[in-house]
Amino acid sequence: MSLSAGLSKHEMAARVAQDIPRGAYVNLGIGQPTLVADHLAADSGIVLHTENGMLNMGRAAVGDEVDGDLLNAGKVPVTELAGSSYFHSADSFAMMRGGHLDVCVLGAFQVSAGGDIANWHTGAPDAIPAVGGAMDLAIGAKQVFVMMTLFAKDGTPKLVPACTYPLTGVGCVTRVYTDVAVFETGAEGVRVVETFGTSYDELAARLDVPLL
Amino acid sequence: MSTRICDTAAEAVDGIADGSTVLVGGFGLAGMPVQLIDALIDQGATDLTVVSNNAGNGDTGLAALLAKGRVRKVVCSFPRQSDSYVFDELYRAGRIELELVPQGNLAERMRAAGAGIGAFFSPTGAGTPLAEGKETREIDGRTYVLEHPIKGDVALVGAHRADRMGNVVYRKTARNFGPVMATAAATTIVQVREVVEVGALDPEAVVTPGIYVDRVVAV
Repeated sequence: MSLSAGLSKHEMAARVAQDIPRGAYVNLGIGQPTLVADHLAADSGIVLHTENGMLNMGRAAVGDEVDGDLLNAGKVPVTELAGSSYFHSADSFAMMRGGHLDVCVLGAFQVSAGGDIANWHTGAPDAIPAVGGAMDLAIGAKQVFVMMTLFAKDGTPKLVPACTYPLTGVGCVTRVYTDVAVFETGAEGVRVVETFGTSYDELAARLDVPLL
Repeated sequence: MSTRICDTAAEAVDGIADGSTVLVGGFGLAGMPVQLIDALIDQGATDLTVVSNNAGNGDTGLAALLAKGRVRKVVCSFPRQSDSYVFDELYRAGRIELELVPQGNLAERMRAAGAGIGAFFSPTGAGTPLAEGKETREIDGRTYVLEHPIKGDVALVGAHRADRMGNVVYRKTARNFGPVMATAAATTIVQVREVVEVGALDPEAVVTPGIYVDRVVAV
């Protein structure tokens, strides 16, 4: 069906980047959300935070720039920009919990209509759980954006009435950016902001959550 | 008590007892005190509880200590990584215990230990499986979870430079958990790339004052 003709992950990242306000302090977590950095305008004044203790993180390091003391949250060597600062882990997470970050972008296994997020554990008995900074980011940032495909590989929706995977945070997600649509989540329900190669009616037919 | 400058990593880790709780700095290998861990392996202490952000990468540092079977329990936020095969195998075989702690709670629990705080309410993890069984409280309409300090018998910290009074500076993101762990252990042992004379560090730039540091070794 036409829902397969959506955005690529780079196009999704570009769509997320479009909604990040100029001058915002932003954490891009690990994995796919880090692609958003490639789509931020150089003059946007956006400052990237990395949980391992840095503000104004630059792009990935190449060649001679690689320095084992300068990594991002995914443990990839990165660079510093003019105006960078370093701080210890307790301060880094105080910035999150204290509400100082404007936006974080997280991946997810599931998001509920009410803005709950599950992204740290599948709950499978042989899976090794790992949470890192996800729970702190989820409850701390002023706006929590999720970037994910709307459907799992088996076709089941990842935007659900209630998460079945173990929760990362409760009622904290404000926007969900997927390959086929952008959604707003909140106490009133789920609103479709934009669709890509699909229609509101097709989404309504495939999802178990009521759409505003 | 004043800081002791050690000649070797072996001297620095002398006396770490079996059954100790050891705070190990580093985020991945940045700030990981690899030479102190190697010395601890040679020293032989076992039945350890290790508190660290990760549970070892590749075959070096913390992973090497785990591989030797010296660690009974790991308290960490992110054990599963592309190169955490040593931990993964021990965990799947049921040969190591895991307490998973959200990274901010991990840092703040050690900060609390170092700062003499009895416990604190954190919003992180509220309503998730990691808060199950913990006391919660509504404060101004938000749910918080009671979190207790994590105190170490020993902290092993990797830093950049120290002076002979034990004042320590770090480098870039290798700082991470070092300054917090240095405050939270009965004995704090720091490995640095260079020990400099007293007065050689800018006092405005010192991150960990020497009061927190018991032993320093240049590696």
